[in-house]
Amino acid sequence: MAGSAQPYRHMQAMEVLLEGETDFAGWRDAARRLALNNVAPETVTWSTGRDGDLFGSRDPLPEIPAGATMNVPRDFIDLAELVTCHSEPQRFALLYRILSRLRSEPDLLKIASDTDVIRLNELAKAVRRDIHKMRAFVRFRKIEEADGERYVSWFEPQHYIVERNAAFFVRRFTGMRWTILTPYLSADWDGEDLRFGPGANRSAAPSDDDLEALWKTYYANIFNPARLKVKAMQAEMPKKYWRNLPEAALIPDLIAGADKSAQEMIARMPTIPAPHHETVRAKHWSNKPEAESGDGADASSIAELRDAAKACRRCPLWADATQTVFGEGPEDARIVFVGEQPGDQEDLAGKPFVGPAGKVFDGVLEEAGVDRSITYVTNGVKHFKFEPRGKRRIHSKPNAGEISACRWWLDHELALIKPDLAVAMGATAAQSLLGKSIAVTKMRGQVVTRDDGLRVFLTIHPSFILRIPDPSDKEAERERFVADMRAVKQLMAA
Amino acid sequence: MAVLSTREKLAILSDAAKYDASCASSGAAKRNSLKSGGIGSTEGSGICHAYAPDGRCISLLKILLTNFCIYDCSYCINRSSSNTKRARFTIDEVVQLTLNFYKRNYIEGLFLSSGVIRSPDETMGEMVEIARRLREDHKFGGYIHLKTIPECAPELLEAAGRYADRLSINVELPTDEGVKRLAPEKRPETIRLSMANLRAKMEERSEPTLRTKRRERFAPGGQSTQMIVGADATTDATILKTSARLYGSYHLRRIYFSAFSPIPDSSSALPSMRPPLMREHRLYQADWLMRFYGFDQNEIVASQPNGMLDLQVDPKLAWALANRAQFPVDVNRAPRETLWRVPGLGTKAVKKILEVRRHRRLRLEDVGRLCASIAKVRPFIVAEGWSPGGQTDAEHLRAKLVPQPQQLSLF
Repeated sequence: MAGSAQPYRHMQAMEVLLEGETDFAGWRDAARRLALNNVAPETVTWSTGRDGDLFGSRDPLPEIPAGATMNVPRDFIDLAELVTCHSEPQRFALLYRILSRLRSEPDLLKIASDTDVIRLNELAKAVRRDIHKMRAFVRFRKIEEADGERYVSWFEPQHYIVERNAAFFVRRFTGMRWTILTPYLSADWDGEDLRFGPGANRSAAPSDDDLEALWKTYYANIFNPARLKVKAMQAEMPKKYWRNLPEAALIPDLIAGADKSAQEMIARMPTIPAPHHETVRAKHWSNKPEAESGDGADASSIAELRDAAKACRRCPLWADATQTVFGEGPEDARIVFVGEQPGDQEDLAGKPFVGPAGKVFDGVLEEAGVDRSITYVTNGVKHFKFEPRGKRRIHSKPNAGEISACRWWLDHELALIKPDLAVAMGATAAQSLLGKSIAVTKMRGQVVTRDDGLRVFLTIHPSFILRIPDPSDKEAERERFVADMRAVKQLMAA
Repeated sequence: MAVLSTREKLAILSDAAKYDASCASSGAAKRNSLKSGGIGSTEGSGICHAYAPDGRCISLLKILLTNFCIYDCSYCINRSSSNTKRARFTIDEVVQLTLNFYKRNYIEGLFLSSGVIRSPDETMGEMVEIARRLREDHKFGGYIHLKTIPECAPELLEAAGRYADRLSINVELPTDEGVKRLAPEKRPETIRLSMANLRAKMEERSEPTLRTKRRERFAPGGQSTQMIVGADATTDATILKTSARLYGSYHLRRIYFSAFSPIPDSSSALPSMRPPLMREHRLYQADWLMRFYGFDQNEIVASQPNGMLDLQVDPKLAWALANRAQFPVDVNRAPRETLWRVPGLGTKAVKKILEVRRHRRLRLEDVGRLCASIAKVRPFIVAEGWSPGGQTDAEHLRAKLVPQPQQLSLF
C-alpha cells in the first residue's frame, strides 16, 4: 500500500468516463489508478457513456506508479459491485471517496454510524430491494410462437439490475422460454442460452394473457375485507409497481368495498344448519360416542390398563405432555424396572426408556446378562414434566403430589404382573414403590421388602451416569450400575 | 348440482382458505431447475409476489382441495353445518393451476389444505397425489406446503414429507378445553401425537442413512402450526405458554396467530366482531421476544395483571417500563443480551452497535443512525456524552412514549 500520508498530486479537476451504467470493471480500474496516485476524491467527476458524451472530454487516466499496490476488504468490492447497479448518479464518486478513505481507515466499513458508510449501505439496500422486487413482481404473459410457447414480461426496475438478476430467472424457469423486457435492457432465455439485448417499450410486450382472469379471481378472494391494512400493503407493494401488476387494478374496488363486506360478514346472523349437515352427522359421527375410558380399576390386562391411562387426569402433568407413556413388557414378567418419568424422546415415541438414558440401561442389562423377555419396564410418573427453553425441554423433577397421584397406575401394573422383584431406579421410583422418600445413594444395592411381600431392589437412575462430566468417573459409575444389575440377576436366580 | 368452472371453484376454495394466516415459503432447502430442466426453485428466503389490501403477503397459491367437510368446528367457515357454497377441485385442476400460476411468476408454490371428505386417509391421499404429480410428472421445483390431517395413516404422512417442503398441523385453539368446546370432533391428543410424529420423522431423516450415506428428504422446511386468537376467552399469558410448549416440544419453525375473523354464516357460539388485529400483532411481537431476544414467556406478561399484553405499547417497552431498575444501559459496555432488552433496539441494531464500539465509542447520535427511532431508545441508554438523568424513572415516561392515536385512514 502506498503511503497514505503523501500529499495529493493531482489537484486539478479530472473527469472519468465509464462505458455504461453498470461498468464496474471500468470504475475499478480507474479508481485503482487514481487512488494509487493519491488523486483527491473531490477533484474527480465520474460520468457514464450516455451523458458523458455530452461533455465529450475524457482525461487520460494516470499510470500506476511502479511497485504501488493497495488492498481493500473483500466486502467493499462486493458492495461496490452491487452499488454500481444503483441509478444514483453520484454512486461512483461515493465509492471512490470510500475507497480513498479505506487506505487510511481500513476498518471504515465496520463503522456503521459513519455517514459515508450509511449512504453506501442505503444504496446497497435499495439495489437489493429492487432485485428482490423484480423477482417478486415480474409478470409473464404467454404467447404462442411457431416453435412453441414463450413467456414475455415487461418490467420497469428502479435500478440497473437486469444483468445481475437474470441468473435467478434462469435457475427458476429453466424449462421455459422467456423474455424480460425493460426500458434499458432485455434478457432472453431460449432454454439453453441467456442473451441480453437493447431496451424496449411497453408496447413490445403482449397486452394480455387469458390466465390473468384466474389470477385476479384468486387475488380478490384470498383478501379478507375484515382485516383491511392498506398501509401495510403499500409498504411492501409500492404504487410505482402497480401499473405492471394485473391484479393491482382490483385494489381500489377491494378497498372501497371492504368496509361494507366486513360489516355484512359480521351482521349476517347465524343461520340454521345446512341441509346436508344431518346426513353427515348420521353417517360419520352417530356411532362413535366418545370412548369413556374408566380409571382402570377393573382392567384385567396391561393393555386395558394402558388404554385407561391414556386419558389420565389424576395430576396436571398431562396438559403439557404429548401423551401418557405407559410401561412395556410381557404381562408375566418376573422383574419390573421402575424409572422416574419419561423424557423428551419417550414423550414423542410413547415408549419408556428409548432416549439416551434408555440406551445406557439397555447396554448395561445386556452386559449383566439380564434376560429382557422376563422384564417389564415402566416409570413412577407417566407424563413428561418439563420447562420449555427455546427449542429444548428441560426435565423437571416430579413432586410428591405427582408421584402419589401416579402411584395408582404403578400399583395396578404390579397387581396384574405380580413380579418376584421390583427394581427402583432413582429416588422417584423408590418413593413411588415404597411410599416414602428414600436416600437411594445411601441404600443402593439393598433389598427392601414391602408389606405386600414384594421385594424392592434399590439403585440409581441410569440418567445419573449421563450427567457425570468426567469420563473415568462416568465409567466407574457405569461399572457400579452393571454390578447392581448382576446382583438383580442373582436375586432372580435365587 | 350445476357443474362449476375452474374459476368458480377457485373463487370458493380460495375464499375458504383465507382464514389460514401462513403463507410463508421460507426455510426450504436450496433447489433449482438447472439440472432437471423443469421449472421451480427455492433459495432459502421466500418471495412475496403480491400483497392483498389486508396487508398480507401472497406468496403461495393457498387453496383448499375441497371445502366439503365432515367436521363441525364452529370457528370454521367450512364446518358441516355452514351454508357456505361448496366445491371440490379435481387433482389435475390443482396441478394445472399451480403450474400455470408459477410459470407467470405469480407464486412461489402451493399451500394446499382441505376439508375432510369421507375419511382423513382419502383426503390426505389426494393431497399427496397432487404433490407427487407436481414433483415427479412435472419436475416442479417450487415450494409445496401441505396441511396435514392429523388422523391420516402414517404412510401418507411419510409420502407427504417426501414431496412437501413444509408440513403443518393446526392446533386451532390455544387450549384443549377450547378445542373440545368449539371443535368437538377434533381430538387435541391426536393433534399432539401427529406433531410429535412429524418431529421424530424429521430428526430421524436428518441423520444420513447407513447404506447410502445420504439424507432422505423429509419436509426440509420443518413444521408450523396456527392458533386462532380471540375465538374464546383464553388470555395472552396462556397463549404464550402454549407457544413455548409447542416450540420446545415439536421444534416448530413458526407459530401463526390468527385473529379470529368473523365468518359469513357464523356459529352463535362465537363473538361477532372485528378481528383483534392489534392483539394479534402484540402476540407476534411477544413471540419474537421469546425466540430472538432471550425473553422468557413468564416475564413478558408478568407486569400485566390480567394476563393480557398491553395493546398501547409493544411488549418490550411494556416490560422495560415495569423494570426500570434495570435501566439505563450503557451502549458502550453492556453485553448483547442486555442490549436486546432496550426498547427500540432490534437484533440488527444491536449487532451494529457491538461492531462499531470495537472501533470507537458511540454517542447518542451514532445510536440514532443505527436504529429506527431514537426517541424510544433515549430514556433507556447511556452513551458517550449522554445520560438520560431522571428521564428513565420519570412518572410521565409511559405517556411520552405511547404512540399518538392516529386518524384511521382508508386510502
